[in-house]
Amino acid sequence: MNALLLAQAEEPQPPLIPHLDELVIGLIAFVIVFGFLAKKLLPNINKVLDERREAIEGGIEKAESAQIEAQSVLEQYKAQLAEARHEAARLRQEATEQGTAIIQEMKAEGQRQREEIIAAGHTQIEADRKAASASLRQDVGKLATDLAGKLVGESLEDTARQSRTIDRFLDELEEKAEAVR
Amino acid sequence: MSADQTLAFDPDCHIFSGCGFPAPGLHTFMYEPIATVGGIDITKPMLLAVLGSIVVVGFFWAAFNKPKLIPGKMQMVGEAGYDFVRRGIVYEIIGKKDGEKYVPFMVSLFFFVWIMNLWSIIPLAQFPVTSLIAFPAGLALIVYVMWISLTFKKHGFVGGWKNIVGYDKSLGAILPMVVVLEFFSNLLIRPFTHAVRLFANMFAGHLLIVMFSLATWYLMNGLGFVYAGASFVMVLVMTAFELFIQAVQAYVFVLLACSYVQGALSEHH
Repeated sequence: MNALLLAQAEEPQPPLIPHLDELVIGLIAFVIVFGFLAKKLLPNINKVLDERREAIEGGIEKAESAQIEAQSVLEQYKAQLAEARHEAARLRQEATEQGTAIIQEMKAEGQRQREEIIAAGHTQIEADRKAASASLRQDVGKLATDLAGKLVGESLEDTARQSRTIDRFLDELEEKAEAVR
Repeated sequence: MSADQTLAFDPDCHIFSGCGFPAPGLHTFMYEPIATVGGIDITKPMLLAVLGSIVVVGFFWAAFNKPKLIPGKMQMVGEAGYDFVRRGIVYEIIGKKDGEKYVPFMVSLFFFVWIMNLWSIIPLAQFPVTSLIAFPAGLALIVYVMWISLTFKKHGFVGGWKNIVGYDKSLGAILPMVVVLEFFSNLLIRPFTHAVRLFANMFAGHLLIVMFSLATWYLMNGLGFVYAGASFVMVLVMTAFELFIQAVQAYVFVLLACSYVQGALSEHH
């Protein structure tokens, strides 16, 4: 309470007249604050604030570069994927083409073989027919001669006349067959 | 002033007991010296002023002495305060490029003035140091000297005077009037209003708090208790209001200091 007591003798000073002692103390007190803050503490914090800004900017830069890298990798993958797809499509196309070609070839080959077999068959048949006909002609001649010999009772085998007669007979038979056919 | 009025506070003085209301006045702002150091009488406001500067330095020491990239709690609060003055006042008024140089001064000024104001509602201190004109006057004087020296340094002797009196040829006929007005306004009145604005606000605020406090005590007798309650509510209201005003006045004081510096640095007044 003593602080609130007014000195008995002292008249209150006009409030707008600065008290010199107070002015000096006030200035000193302010200079103390200013000195500490301006010389030491604020430079301290400024340094850290700059560092922090740089750290944040560095972090952002790092993130950006990572993002760019990721983007490029993604594009690379996409390109590779597209290439692979393209390759697969190409291979499929090629396989299809090849398959078609093979089938065509096989078909052609089959056709050709069939024709060959048929031709060979025809030739064989023709040859067999000719052989059969030749052998038949001989056998029939022989049989007829034998028969005729038996009928006549004498052998006509060795005579050229006989053979000419038989040939002539057979030719006549053939001509008849031709005429019938 | 009679002898019984010189006693600012008498514990036994209540209403209905034949004792007049011990109204606060100029004597509320006068303190007896606590001690005498080197021929200077140390009073409570002086002690609070020095204590205030220790508090400010102590706080910023705790916050910024070993600052870290990832701030602790103290550093975070300190950074918020620092950023408020730096970005909110200095960069806004002077600009980032020119203003950076004045940031330490303005930050010191803001927190110094604020703590001086804050003493008003801090228990046991309970006195705004800035309600004594000497303290705001000293600070205003620093700003004033800074403003004048900056003006002449930036614009030279003639240019400096032109800047101070707002010399502008395009004003034509009213130029002489403007020059005279600006001369008085800038050179003589402005430092005065700069100091008094702060002083008067804190003076009035303290007077109100003291008055309602004294009234609360004085009215505590008989029927007066009802009024004492109302008076006490006013003490609380005024205390809260002062908390706001203290910050606002510190802000305004620094804002004006910045605008003076900006005026000194600008090409045209």
